[in-house]
Amino acid sequence: MVRRALAVFTACSLLVACEREERQFRSAPPFGGPVRFEEDYQNNAHALSEGKRLYSAFNCKGCHADGGGGIGPPLMDEKWFYGSEPEQVFDTISKGRENGMPAFGGEARAPGINVVGTVPEHQRWQLVAYVRSLSGLASRNAAPGRNDHMQTKPPENEKEPETPVVAPPPPDVVLPK
Amino acid sequence: MNSRAATLAAAMALLAAAGCAGPERHSVVDPAGVQADRIHGLWWLYLAVCVAVYVLVMAAVAVALVRRRGGSDQPLTAPPLAAEVRRGIAVAGCVGLTVVTLFVLLIADFVTGRRIDSLAREGTLTVRVTGHQWWWEVRYEESDPQQQHNAFTTANEIHIPTGRAVRFELESTDVIHSFWVPNLHGKTDMIPGHRTKTDIRADRDGEFWGQCAEFCGHQHANMRLRVIAQPEAEFQKWLAEQRQPARESAPKSSQDRGKGVFMKSSCVLCHTITGTQAGGRVGPDLTHLASRPRIAAGTLENTRGNLAEWVTDPHGIKPGVRMPANPLAPEDLHVLLDYLESLK
Amino acid sequence: MIAARPDHPAPEPDDAARAALARTWARAPGLYGWITTTSHKDIGLRFVVTAFVFLALGGILALAMRLQLATPQGRALGPDAYNQFFTTHGTTMMFLFAVPVMEGMGLYLVPLMVGTRNDCFPLLMNFGYYCYLFAGLMLYVALVLNTGPDMGWFSYVPLSGPDYSPGKRVDVWSQMVTLVEISTLVGAVEIIATAFKLRAPGMSLNRIPLFVWTMVVTSFMIVFAMPAVMLSSTMLAADRLTGISTHFYNQAEGGDALLWQHLFWFFAHPEVYIIFLPATGFLATIIPTFTRRTIFGYPALVLSLVATAFIGFGVWVHHMFATPLPRVGQGVFTGASLMIVIPNGIQIFCWVATLWGGRIRVRTPMLFVLGFFAAFLIGGLSGVLLASVSIDVQVHDTFFVVAHLHYVLIGGAVFPLLAAVYYWYPKWTGRMLGERTGWVVFWLVFIGFNLTFFPMHHLGIWGMPRRVYTYLPEQGWHGLNLVATVGSWVLAMGLLLLVVNAWWSRRYGEVAGPDPWGAGTLEWATESPPPPYNFASLPTVRGREPVWEDDGTTPVVTGLATDTREVLVTTLHDAAPDHRYHMAGDSVWPFLAALATAGIFVGLIFHPAAFPIGSVATGLAIIGWFWPSKEPEPIHHEHERPAVPDGGGE
Repeated sequence: MVRRALAVFTACSLLVACEREERQFRSAPPFGGPVRFEEDYQNNAHALSEGKRLYSAFNCKGCHADGGGGIGPPLMDEKWFYGSEPEQVFDTISKGRENGMPAFGGEARAPGINVVGTVPEHQRWQLVAYVRSLSGLASRNAAPGRNDHMQTKPPENEKEPETPVVAPPPPDVVLPK
Repeated sequence: MNSRAATLAAAMALLAAAGCAGPERHSVVDPAGVQADRIHGLWWLYLAVCVAVYVLVMAAVAVALVRRRGGSDQPLTAPPLAAEVRRGIAVAGCVGLTVVTLFVLLIADFVTGRRIDSLAREGTLTVRVTGHQWWWEVRYEESDPQQQHNAFTTANEIHIPTGRAVRFELESTDVIHSFWVPNLHGKTDMIPGHRTKTDIRADRDGEFWGQCAEFCGHQHANMRLRVIAQPEAEFQKWLAEQRQPARESAPKSSQDRGKGVFMKSSCVLCHTITGTQAGGRVGPDLTHLASRPRIAAGTLENTRGNLAEWVTDPHGIKPGVRMPANPLAPEDLHVLLDYLESLK
Repeated sequence: MIAARPDHPAPEPDDAARAALARTWARAPGLYGWITTTSHKDIGLRFVVTAFVFLALGGILALAMRLQLATPQGRALGPDAYNQFFTTHGTTMMFLFAVPVMEGMGLYLVPLMVGTRNDCFPLLMNFGYYCYLFAGLMLYVALVLNTGPDMGWFSYVPLSGPDYSPGKRVDVWSQMVTLVEISTLVGAVEIIATAFKLRAPGMSLNRIPLFVWTMVVTSFMIVFAMPAVMLSSTMLAADRLTGISTHFYNQAEGGDALLWQHLFWFFAHPEVYIIFLPATGFLATIIPTFTRRTIFGYPALVLSLVATAFIGFGVWVHHMFATPLPRVGQGVFTGASLMIVIPNGIQIFCWVATLWGGRIRVRTPMLFVLGFFAAFLIGGLSGVLLASVSIDVQVHDTFFVVAHLHYVLIGGAVFPLLAAVYYWYPKWTGRMLGERTGWVVFWLVFIGFNLTFFPMHHLGIWGMPRRVYTYLPEQGWHGLNLVATVGSWVLAMGLLLLVVNAWWSRRYGEVAGPDPWGAGTLEWATESPPPPYNFASLPTVRGREPVWEDDGTTPVVTGLATDTREVLVTTLHDAAPDHRYHMAGDSVWPFLAALATAGIFVGLIFHPAAFPIGSVATGLAIIGWFWPSKEPEPIHHEHERPAVPDGGGE
C-alpha cells in the first residue's frame, strides 16, 4: 500500500515538476508551432524568471515601474484595458497600443505607434507570462521570488491573484475608428 | 612493492612533464607577467619541498615493508623501552623538521604576497571589467576628466601595453564571476555589491586566454576572454581605432541594408553600436565587432559562417545563453552579416 | 555485581541465561521488527549499506560527467543536465555518503569496542537513520523529476538566490541539507554519550581504543559544525520562500553575498575533517593488528586528533582567498592551514613508527592502508600548496583542487574505509571476503583512482576551471581528460568487484571465527556476527588491547538483568561502575517522527505553513515516543558496592 501511494504521488509530482523546472532555451520548433502557454510559460519557473529579466532589459520599467505604473498604467492591479488573456497581452506587447505603448514585435498596429524592434516570439511569451504574474496570474510555485536588488513591492510569488476585469481605458485615450 | 616504486616513478615523470608540456596560452607555469612569474617561483619552491617530503615518507614506508616482515605472530603489547624511545626521538625530530619547513613555506608565501600586491599601476589607464552571465564587458576609462571622450566599451577582449601595469577594476551585475588570466596573475572574484581590483603587467607580447573561474550558471564553461599584450605603439593605435564610432556604410549598399535589418529586428534592443541609434546595454558592444578575432565570449572564431550560426541559433552553440534565437529571412541574414563584417 | 576478585572469576553464563538475553535483545519478527529495530548493529550496518548505495549513485553521476568531459565539446550531457549531475554528485558524496558511512561504522563499532550492549539512546538512533534515508530519497526523487539542484554543492549566492535560480531546485537542496544534518547530529550525540558513559569497567580514558577517540572527537566537531550549514541553508531557503522572502544574502537590502561563503565554509571545512578523522581511527585500529604490536604514540595520537579538530575550525577562509577579504586576514588563515599539517604529520609519523617497530603482515586491509599512505600524502601535500594565498589564487577553482580533494577524500577516507570493510566484514557477517579478490579490488581501485585524478593536477595548472561542462579542442586538455575518463571506468570496476564479492561472500565466503585477524580490541571477544546482546557477560578491561592482554582471568560483569534491556553506566574518567541503566525497547514512534520531520522539510520547499503543520505532526509522534512504557522496572537486589578490580588509570 505504501508502494502504491508512493507511485501515485510520484506520478502526480512528475507532471507538475516537469513543467515547472523545464529550462527551454529556445521555443521549439524555432519557426512556429502552437504555443502551449500554460505548460511552457505560465507554470514554468525559467520562463517567468526570463520574463522578469527582459522586463528590466527592455525597459518596461520606464513606463510601468515594477508593476505600479507611472507614465504607463499599472500592471499589478485587476484592471486590464485590453484584456488579460495571454493572446491579448501578447497582442498588446507585439503591436503596441495607442497613447504610448510601443510595438515590440516589429510591426505596429497603427501608424503613430513606435516600433522599437522585434523581440523574438519566445521572449514575448515570457514577458506575457511575467506581466500576468505581476497581478498573481501565474503559478505560485513557479513565480519569481524576491529581487536581488532593492525591494519595491512584495515578490511575485506572494501576490494574491487579482480577478481580471476589463476596464475601459481612461477617457483621454483615443481608440481607432 | 616493485609496482609501487614504478607507480612512484611514473608519477614523478608526469610531474616533471608538467613544467614542459601543455598549452601555453593559459598555463600557470608559463608566466608572461610579473605577478604570475612571482607565483611561479613560489610554486616551484613549494612543489620541490612537497615532492621531497613525499619521497622521504614513502621511502620510510617502503623500507619498513621490506625489513619488517616475518617474526612471531604473538602481539607485542609492551615493546622494549629503548627501541620505543629511539622511535620517539625520530618522530619528534620529524615533527621538528616539519615545523621548520612549514615556517619557511609560510614566510615565502608572505614575501611573495607582499611583492605581488606592491605592483602599482602606471599611467591613468583603467580597464573596468564587468562580469555578466556569460560574457565580459570591458570599458576603457580615463581617470583624467579632460579625457572622458576617450572612454569606450568593448567585449570579451582586452588589449594592454606590454611592460606597463594596468589597473583592472572588477565588478559584476548578476552573480559571482572570477577574472582569471593564468599567464598574467591569479584570479580575483567579481562579486555583485563589491568592487574589486587587480593590477596586472604583461612582460612579453602575446595573446593570453582567460576564463571565468567561479561557477556562474549554464554557460560558465564558455565564458572566456582574451588579453592581448602589445607594444605601446600598437596599443595606442588600437585605442585610437576603438575610440572611433562605427564606420558609416555607403547608402543603398548591402551594409546599409544590413544596418536596417539590425535596427528593425531584435539586435537593437540589446546591443550598442556607437554612432548609430542602437544603444542597448544588455549584450556586448558591437561597434568594432569585426576587429575581434573571436565571438561568443571566446567560443567561436569570428568567421561569416560562425556569425551566421550565432545570430540565428546561439543555443545550438551555447545552450542557455541570454541571446535569443533570431530566425531571419536569408537575404536579411546576408546583408546583416555584411554590415557586421564592416564593423572593423 | 562485579566479580570482586580476579582469582575467583565468575562462572560463564549458561545457555539459559544466553537464551534469555537473546530473547530480550532481539528485535520483533518480520517487517515490523525491521522498521522498529533499535539494535546498533542493525542500524549501524543499515547506515553503511545505504551510504554505499549513495556512493554508487553518486559514482554513476560522476561516470556520466567523465563521459561528457572525455572529449572536447562532447554531447553526452547538456549544460543543464551536467550542472544537476555535478551538484548532486557533490551533495551525495559529502552529505549522503562520506559522513553517514563513518557514522554507521561508529554506531556499530563503538558499543562493541567499549564493551556494552547498545548505543546510548536506541530510539533516537532509529529516528536518525530514517531522517537520513528520507533526505536521500528527497534528493534523488527530485533529480529524477528534473528538480535536482544545479548550482553546485556549495550553492553560492547570488547564483542560488531567487533571481538566478528559478524554480524549486535550490529549495530541495537546502531543505535536504537541514534534514540530513539532523541525522548526523543524532549520530554524534549517540556516540559521545555511549563512549563517555557506557564503557566497560576499567576502560579509563587512556585505555579507550583510538577508533572510539576519533569518533568522539568527530562527534564534537559535528555538534559545532553542522548547525552552521543548517542555519545558512535555512536562511537561503527563507530568502527564497514565498511569504518569508528575507534578505540575508541580498546586498541591496543590507545582506551580503559573502555571508553565505563564510557560514558555509565554516561548516564545510570541519566537514572534511569529520570525514577524515574516523578514517584515521580505522588506520589506528588496523595497523596494530597487521603489525602485531600496540600502536606507537597513543597519547600523541589522541592529542593530534583534538588539535586537528580545533585547528580545523580555524581555516575556513582558505576557500575564499580569491574574494576581496583583507590580505592580512587571509595570511592568518594561511598560517592556520599550514599549522594543521603538524597534527596530521604527527599521526603519520606515529603510524610509520608502528610499522618500523612491528612485524608487518600484508593482507588486504593492510594493502589499503599502504594505498592510503601513497594517496593521502599526495592529497595532503597538494593541500600545502593550496594553503599559500599566492599559489591558491592561481589554482583555486580549477581541476587542481578537484585532484586535491579527491586525493584527500578518496585516498584519505575511502581507502581506509575499504580497509575497514575488509577488516570488519568477518565480524558483521561471520564470513571472510576473498583475499585474492581483495588484491584484485585493491589494484583496480588504486590504479583507476590514480589514473583518474592525478592528471587533474596538470589540467588545473594548464588553466582548466572547475564545474565546466565542456571545453574547446584548441585548449589542449582533451588528452588528459580522456585518460581521466578511462581511469574512472577502472575505478568503477574495482568498486563493483568489491560489491559483488561482498554479496557472494555472505553465502559462500570462508567462515570466520570470533577473531580471524588475531586483533586486540573488544569487538573480537565475541562471536561473528555478534549475538543481539553483544557479550554474554559484559567484559572489564585492564589495558588498551583487552583481547591481547587477557590471560583468561579478566573479571566480567555479572548480575545485570537478562529479562529486560539493562546496561551498566560507568564514570567518565576511570570507568568505575556507577549505576544500571534500563534501555528502551523497540518502538515504531521514531519512524513515524522521522516521517513527520521529513514531511516538514518537503513541505517547506513549497510553503512556510508546512512548518507549523508538520511540527504538530512531529509533536504528536514525539508524544507517542515518550509515552511511558508499560514494561515493569527490573527488580534490583540490594548489593554492597564492590571494590573496582584493577580499575583506575595507570
